Amino acid sequence: MSATPKRRKPPRVGDGTLFRRLLIGIVLIVGAFLILAPLLIIGVEAFSKGWQVYRDTIAHPDTLHAIGLTVLTALVAVPVNTAFGVAAAWSITKFDFRGKRFLLVVIEIPFSVSPIVAGVAYLFVYGLQGIFGPTLDDYGVKILFAIPGIILASMFVTAPFVARELIPLMQAQGRDLEEAATSLGASGWRTFFSVTLPNIKWALLYGVVLCNARVMGEFGAVSVVSGNIRGQTNTLPLHIELLYHDYQAAGAFAASSILALIAVFTIIAKVALERQGAGRVRRPATRPALVANPAEKTS
Amino acid sequence: MKIRLDHVVKTFETFRAVRDVSLEIESGELVALLGPSGSGKTTILRMVAGLEYADGGHIYFGDQDATDIPVRDRGVGFVFQHYALFPHMTVAENIAFGMKVSRVKREKAAIEARVAELLRLVRLEGLGDRFPAQISGGQRQRVALARALSVDPKVLLLDEPFGALDANVRHDLRRWLREIHRELGITTIFVTHDQEEALDLADRVVILKDGHIIQQGTAEEVCRNPQSAFVMKFLGDANVLAAEVRDGRAYASGAAIDVSGMADGKAELYARPADLDWSAQGPGIPASITRVLDRPDGRRVLATAETGEQLEFDVEPERALQAGDGGFVTLRRAKVFALG
Amino acid sequence: MRRNVLPGLRLSLGVTLLYVGLIVVLPLVALVFKAASLGPEDYWRIVSSTRALASYRVTVLSALGATIFNLFFGLALAWVLTRYRFPGWRIVDAMVDLPFALPTAVAGISLTALFAANGWFGSILADLGVKVAYTPLGIMIAMCFTSLPFIVRTVQPVLEDLDPALEEAAQSLGGSDWTIFRKVILPLLTPALLAGVSLSFARSLGEFGAIIFIAGNQPMSTEITALLVFIRLEEYDYQAAAAIASVLLLTAFVMLALTNWMQSRALRYTVRN
Repeated sequence: MSATPKRRKPPRVGDGTLFRRLLIGIVLIVGAFLILAPLLIIGVEAFSKGWQVYRDTIAHPDTLHAIGLTVLTALVAVPVNTAFGVAAAWSITKFDFRGKRFLLVVIEIPFSVSPIVAGVAYLFVYGLQGIFGPTLDDYGVKILFAIPGIILASMFVTAPFVARELIPLMQAQGRDLEEAATSLGASGWRTFFSVTLPNIKWALLYGVVLCNARVMGEFGAVSVVSGNIRGQTNTLPLHIELLYHDYQAAGAFAASSILALIAVFTIIAKVALERQGAGRVRRPATRPALVANPAEKTS
Repeated sequence: MKIRLDHVVKTFETFRAVRDVSLEIESGELVALLGPSGSGKTTILRMVAGLEYADGGHIYFGDQDATDIPVRDRGVGFVFQHYALFPHMTVAENIAFGMKVSRVKREKAAIEARVAELLRLVRLEGLGDRFPAQISGGQRQRVALARALSVDPKVLLLDEPFGALDANVRHDLRRWLREIHRELGITTIFVTHDQEEALDLADRVVILKDGHIIQQGTAEEVCRNPQSAFVMKFLGDANVLAAEVRDGRAYASGAAIDVSGMADGKAELYARPADLDWSAQGPGIPASITRVLDRPDGRRVLATAETGEQLEFDVEPERALQAGDGGFVTLRRAKVFALG
Repeated sequence: MRRNVLPGLRLSLGVTLLYVGLIVVLPLVALVFKAASLGPEDYWRIVSSTRALASYRVTVLSALGATIFNLFFGLALAWVLTRYRFPGWRIVDAMVDLPFALPTAVAGISLTALFAANGWFGSILADLGVKVAYTPLGIMIAMCFTSLPFIVRTVQPVLEDLDPALEEAAQSLGGSDWTIFRKVILPLLTPALLAGVSLSFARSLGEFGAIIFIAGNQPMSTEITALLVFIRLEEYDYQAAAAIASVLLLTAFVMLALTNWMQSRALRYTVRN
């Protein structure tokens, strides 16, 4: 018996030292160039003209207005989308009905559609060339090139965010708990709030955080429907574009730094929520069912 | 191929899974590693396979020190507990995998012929182009065995081979594995926590507890002569009675048995249900029957001794006994182990 | 079919259908109608104009390039993050989501600043004679950035859940690392890779914000299709905008269908009898 235990593991596939170091090295270097550098340069450029310019840009009424509009959009679009996500997840996971698979596909459509296409599509509903546009105009209701249009376009691009976190999770959890609660006489709302919600709260929050990040950062769809009126219909991302094309690069980066900060907080929140177990259940279609998996019941 | 483990040690983090195990397995022998979970049996099997490396000690294959040989060069066939069949390959492709990736190049036709031969051996002719998801658990088990045999291993290792199967499938496969072993004569080690499985199947049973070998021998040896209370209890149902040894005799609740050579002192008396009987008259352990359980092969009687100890024993189906009867439990044979 | 015992089907399904109908389906239908109102000849003339064709070309080729890059880099990143532990791996893991979290416009101006002729990377590359900003290469880099997380995040969980016994079994049968990767691991990752690739490609085809800053936007060479739609709008040529947007929409749907089909094929072995 040797005096000092050796504690070795047989190598798994790809555990060779050289290969391992090489791969980690490549990944870290490319990652630094592609992901880290863009984040760093925001800070560097934002302060390139000094603290004064940075502060002036942020404190400028147009910037403040853009921030306000972005927050307002998020305050409307995120809760509405959350309610939709919960309703969609409840109907899809707790009931069987025809066309369920089709509904699932339709909910995910905004993910595959270009934001520009989304913006243009809204033009043809609420614009003067669109279905409801002329009628709305007769009543003096302005949706496009105004705040409602911005909110609607934001809701389109982020529609799937909450639903897609909840559906796989609630699918995996099944219906037993809700059926037990109902059989004990609980009302539907009571069942949802005291049985379902506690089990999905982290996933729900996860979806909300991601949805919010996307709403605040949406550019393409919003730029089509907003009309880009400085100080009126400019969200923060649009304001950045405006500053950038006005040859105020430092100002554009200063405004960007706010959004970059939100992005970093989003990532931190995401990691924290993942530690609570959110975001772990993914659509099963992408993973092979390992027939040899002990966790799986085989028939 | 003869296998020898020489003072083998394995520690995971702070858990000492295997503590100084030495074991010899003769060429062509079929050995069971039997023990409760955490006894180190699977770790030993994985070290023999090269799926874990020993922290100390040596493992010899024949005369060759195989301790540090990686699994892919060790020439073992391993059947995993949940089979680990490649889900994206058909049954035939699973079986052919080892021959295709081997450094020894084989003709395509030779591989096909060998696959067909193995399918016949495991009685799965005609299922070659099914995917693992499309066959039953027992069939997967046999595919896993065929795959492990495909590379003509020097040793066959099976980790809980029947653990994931229904009781009746398990029974058939057990007999069938024994037949295959007789046919091929390959040195085989399997791990199980099911004592019946180990006793039915193995030439020799190695009983493990907390990383140590507690006892080893043929089924007959370990059954007839368990050397510790642990082995006695682990191998099957046993009644336990507090006993006292005096002058070469053990006394327990009115029964006594010869234990010549044992030192005086407190002890425990162990008796299988079949080792006890019932009699209306003494001498014996005064008791009253609390329940009678009828089974296909006899009657199991539950009784409470006057001392309060619970006893179970078997009687022939014809015996007319019922709850409430009073009488004596008699001792046909028993094992006595000193306490402490 | 199971009987529904839980309450709330009408309400939840009603809300869902209303929302999906008004927010998602109605605008897309409106777009299709607008494009259809052109009549086949005009429609064809617009979507097959040389400027439109050039925009498809640069968009598709750049998206292809970006997706191929991400296929390799994303797989490598997912592999490193699941198989190896090194100081700071958690931070790297978290940073993978930055392209999702960072608004596209912000990504666009940052990448432009990095790759412009006087930027950190641009100046070095300029010395080597490589021009990135305001060329198709810039478009590709912007696409690489925005679509990177898709492949990593679809492959990573599958790699994590891969039963280690499969690798051990392959090793015990004598397979070399490369053989095991090629014949056991890669096929099991394929459905996830396909999903990631198609998401990544679709995102690249539709990307707008991150690209327009770095692209240069020269008609016939660095003008992406999404931008062409936008330009037609600014010219008040709504029908042309609708027509070209409908091409993007159609592509998205074809991609969606193709992905579903490829996935079900790649997963056919899991279908039980």
